[in-house]
Amino acid sequence: MTTGVLQRVRGWLPGSALGVFVARRLLAVPPLLLAVSFITFALLEAAPGDYVTRLAEDPHISVETLAQLRHRYGLDGGLMERYGRWLLNAVQGDFGYSFSKEIGVFTLIGERLGNTLVLSGASLLLAWALALPLGVMAGMRQGSVADKLVSFISFFGLSIPRVFFALLMVMFAATTKWFPVGGMRDLVAWDTMTPWQQLVDQLHHLVLPTIVLGTTQTAAYMRQMRAEMVETLGKDFVRTARAKGLSMRQVVWKHAFLNAVNPLVTLFGYSLAALLTGSFLVEIVFAWPGLARLTVDAVFAQDEPVVMASVCMATVMLVAGNLIADLLLGKIDPRIRVG
Amino acid sequence: MGTSTAPLQGPWRTLWRRLRRNRWAMAGLVVLGLLYIAVIFAPFLSPYSYTTQFRDQNWHPPHMTRLHLWDDAGAFHGPFVYASNRLDEFTSEYEEDRAKPVEIDFFVRGEPYTFLGIESTLHLFGSSDPTRPIFLFGSDKFGRDVFTRILYGGRISMSVGLLGIAISMTIGLLIGGIAGYFGGRTDFLLMRLVELILALPGLYLILVIRQVFGRDVPSTQSYLIVVLVLAFIGWAGNARVIRGMVLSIKENEYVTAAEALGQRRMAIIVRHILPNTLSFVIVTATLAVPYYILGEVALSFLSVGIQEPEASWGNMLRDAQDVRNLTDFPWVVVPGFFIFLAVMAFNFLGDGLRDAADPRALE
Repeated sequence: MTTGVLQRVRGWLPGSALGVFVARRLLAVPPLLLAVSFITFALLEAAPGDYVTRLAEDPHISVETLAQLRHRYGLDGGLMERYGRWLLNAVQGDFGYSFSKEIGVFTLIGERLGNTLVLSGASLLLAWALALPLGVMAGMRQGSVADKLVSFISFFGLSIPRVFFALLMVMFAATTKWFPVGGMRDLVAWDTMTPWQQLVDQLHHLVLPTIVLGTTQTAAYMRQMRAEMVETLGKDFVRTARAKGLSMRQVVWKHAFLNAVNPLVTLFGYSLAALLTGSFLVEIVFAWPGLARLTVDAVFAQDEPVVMASVCMATVMLVAGNLIADLLLGKIDPRIRVG
Repeated sequence: MGTSTAPLQGPWRTLWRRLRRNRWAMAGLVVLGLLYIAVIFAPFLSPYSYTTQFRDQNWHPPHMTRLHLWDDAGAFHGPFVYASNRLDEFTSEYEEDRAKPVEIDFFVRGEPYTFLGIESTLHLFGSSDPTRPIFLFGSDKFGRDVFTRILYGGRISMSVGLLGIAISMTIGLLIGGIAGYFGGRTDFLLMRLVELILALPGLYLILVIRQVFGRDVPSTQSYLIVVLVLAFIGWAGNARVIRGMVLSIKENEYVTAAEALGQRRMAIIVRHILPNTLSFVIVTATLAVPYYILGEVALSFLSVGIQEPEASWGNMLRDAQDVRNLTDFPWVVVPGFFIFLAVMAFNFLGDGLRDAADPRALE
């Protein structure tokens, strides 16, 4: 059955194996989302109580009001009925309203999504800016002091728990008062600031969480980069290039580096997949107003629409990241035929 | 046996010989050995019980850095600390009373505990004055000894990893083995399941699953829930790799021989095929233990893991969420050092094992 569909898709995308590859991966997304959303929904249903249960502790709210609220939030009815209702709205792009915040889920998540992306984007940038040159350097001078230092740093970065690192940074900030201890902006003075000051203030808040997330990610990339450089520099074509009389610099950057960077591109794709969830605990520690706090609170309060939307979004991001990783790899390395 | 002229060595001896040459891996092994011994003998090594509270001495700074052997007059006492007095009831500030040394005694009788079925009151060390407890790593907000809680908490944090990986590896081996060996529709269905689980946003799902069991569950249950939830997400990656390995292993002639002898298919998988994945299993398991340790930390840190008064390195770290605690009582981050140490040791050991088990590695 699937092959039949594929054949038809092949008809639409003239003759490209790449098109089929992308189509096949995209076709897998709807069933995946269906399964993920149903599992999440069923788990939320299985959890004791619901959003209204917490309100029921208040003696001023009558039983009738509670029933009305349940009806308004769509919490009455069986699992299949309620999931069906959610699904029907969701496919039309309506993810509902947050129970606790009483605003549309998209508006709510939209605000936080931006903040999370700023943080993870900045740390991704830092991680790559550090990892590429350091990894290349360590790979070129194997066994040197610099190499040992790099490998120690990367071991340190791979092993240090992010929560712990983040807590140490908060401690550092609170003791020295050089950096704010949390949040994304100075809430008190924000309105009196010029746009320029606002930008500086935000960057100031961004520094520490970025360092924590960036350096812990650097470790993995740096190690990979070093290993690839070591392997590539031992290849015949590098010796040939040297024998032709090219300078070491040209050989390293034009020949070895471009070959060594391939596997890292895959890692880059995977880091895209982790953009939304990778910074979870660091956001919590730094009180960063991102998706992490929102999701944790929503899960604890059983704010169903918010949880459902977050989980769906994270799934899409994960699938998209992996797909981009594969496509990038096919693009950068002509030896790999995607498909 | 054991002579250098022996032409052939078993795979285990080779592995061990190569591993022993890796200094970092051996360091990891030693650290882990010490950590496990420390947490197993926690009741004996710790001066108190993990629930003992000295309410009038909460947030007491660590004695670790204030240990003395000679007093100000130059007289030798053996290890001792100076008695400290609280300045006032409201702030947790203490002042050392340099005139009042409190000696540390060894092999003292203290609170009773049961260890391996033996009831005892013997502790490795303790304060000579019962009203002046010794807090090597300081005390927490209830005046509980942090050193004691680190040891008891380590029992949870260090075993979560082993138990979690044992469960997820078993599932991974079985599912991967069945999918790879049987192939066809079984393989197709199982691998779609694996892909589904790999596509789940892990931490979100863990939180939602944890929610199913409610917040107020007894401590042993919450421990099992943490382990099972983490293993539920963790097995899929292993299953996929093992399936791949099984696909090639099952082409071996001894598998055909076993089939010809009429062995049951599950027996073939378990007895003839899966043992060949052992080196992968050991390396992956070692490198995956930190995932479970950190998972427990994450859940407990978010207050849905191990519940008070039970101690775990993750829930002890919750005290550090308050910025004021971080500046005034910096020893709240001590559990973090132990998490770091354990994770690092497992990484070093796992890396060493991977290199040692690599058949392409040069001798």
